[in-house]
Amino acid sequence: MSALAYDGTVLLGRQLRRLRNNPGLVILTQTMPVTMLLFFGYVFGSALAMPGEQYRSFLVPGLLVATAANGLMTGMFQAAQDVHRGVTDRLRTLPVSRAAVPLGQAAADLVVTAAGTVPFLLVGLLVGWRVEGSAAAAAGALGLLLLFRFACTWAGILLGLLSRSEEAAGQLGSATFMLPLLSNAYIPVDGMPGWLRALAEWNPISALTTALRDLFGNAPVPSGAAWPVAHPVAGSLVWCAVLIAVCAPLAVRRYARA
Amino acid sequence: MTSTYAVLSEGLEKRFGEVRALRGLDLAVAEGTVCGLLGPNGAGKTTAVRLLTTLLRPDTGSARVAGHDLVREAAEVRRRIGVTGQYASVDGDLTGRENLRLFARLHRVRGPAARADELLERFGLTEAADRPASTLSGGTRRRLDLAASLVRHPQVLFLDEPTTGLDPAGRARIWDAVRELKSQGTTVLLTTQYLEEADQLADDIALVDHGRVAHTGSPAELKAAVGAQAVAVVADADALPGAAAVLDRLTGARPSLDAERRTVAALTRDTTLTLPRLVRELDAAGVPLLDASIRPPTLDDVFLRLTDRAVAGTAEVAA
Repeated sequence: MSALAYDGTVLLGRQLRRLRNNPGLVILTQTMPVTMLLFFGYVFGSALAMPGEQYRSFLVPGLLVATAANGLMTGMFQAAQDVHRGVTDRLRTLPVSRAAVPLGQAAADLVVTAAGTVPFLLVGLLVGWRVEGSAAAAAGALGLLLLFRFACTWAGILLGLLSRSEEAAGQLGSATFMLPLLSNAYIPVDGMPGWLRALAEWNPISALTTALRDLFGNAPVPSGAAWPVAHPVAGSLVWCAVLIAVCAPLAVRRYARA
Repeated sequence: MTSTYAVLSEGLEKRFGEVRALRGLDLAVAEGTVCGLLGPNGAGKTTAVRLLTTLLRPDTGSARVAGHDLVREAAEVRRRIGVTGQYASVDGDLTGRENLRLFARLHRVRGPAARADELLERFGLTEAADRPASTLSGGTRRRLDLAASLVRHPQVLFLDEPTTGLDPAGRARIWDAVRELKSQGTTVLLTTQYLEEADQLADDIALVDHGRVAHTGSPAELKAAVGAQAVAVVADADALPGAAAVLDRLTGARPSLDAERRTVAALTRDTTLTLPRLVRELDAAGVPLLDASIRPPTLDDVFLRLTDRAVAGTAEVAA
């Protein structure tokens, strides 16, 4: 087993153990998407032109992606905590592969996200969401979702390593809740003014959400959309590849810098 | 030559923007000894330790730590050092036991669980073993930090202000641990603001000022170089000049007068000047003496004296 894989696995274990020691935080982050599904689905859903059940089917993929985008916040917060509490420096004095610490963090995050997706989808089924396409397409949707989470976590880790303080990272992190608001995750963007719609459609969250809706068979690909939304699977893969290709090497370099 | 020094640095420089934190640090720490880096805040102690533990890369200069080049063989250096400092901390979300196991695994120690238990026992941490590190008291947390840097018997241990903020009991426990490590042959590089700490633990002291080593020597040499302070408190301000004249004659140094506290003080390097003699001489001169003492130099005394000399460029102190 290579040094990177060994160190990465040990550090993945560290992150999972930290979460086990903070059950309150885990429960909060895992129940938030469910709460939002019920709140948006029944409160907003009642005011929209779409029938309630149809809106909730529309909303489940959107919330899955919005939650995955929270990897940005989680990654940033955890990395900033480690940097500003001295854990990063302790780890950097150890004979540990330079990429292992961020990789371990991103991998642990993936495990937690995958586990959290299950209860969310069960509640989704209860409120009327269904997989209306093939099982293979649905599996592909979940794969895309995890890939996006992984990419967002790397972006978060990079920002966390660059942060000035834990508080600054926390503030920037909580501002990321705005990102899904400017996308098609919660509402269709057709009614937006042209420029705003373009902005929303170039938001990676929109490409991912459209891809999931398409693969789950919940809603068709909208016509006349910007390229990433018009070709949602390819668009999603490109977004993820770009985020990882840019953020992961920079984060590792920032981590290793001396 | 390098084999006899656990740490050997030449001309280390580090600049942060406009600030020249290190301006040519030359340091030699013999194997198996404890070296104290002593100096005020901002002198460059912490930067020196961060460079020597591979956390920062020097702008210029070179160093070998545990027989390996700091920059070209950083991974080899990291295998052989332990670091405890306020910036190199354990994980507050993990328990003491989990932390030690984590660091043992990352150091590729065989039997990490057994090694963790051994260290918990040795540092009196068994009660804290299953509590998150963030909930531990300052002294306990510091012992855990120290234990975490020892999971794999380091050749060189770096301790950056290991007892700052600890109570006397906590300080004594860390000191005992450092002495034990030294007796086992570990080289220790320690930074401190406390002269007493360096005095208790260090074989050699390197006085750091303005980013370079201003002076090196054993604690005894250092104190002899500065001398003790002879102090007399008199009953009446009118008696100050008389007391000053006696101190001048006994110490050969110019006494400083504090009229408000009716105190005269002078530095002396004369080890034959004892308190009974000081009292007899003052009494014989008819000084109405209320209190007298010969007290060891404080860090302020040492620092002001030695750095002044260093700035003046005289080599007198090195004797």
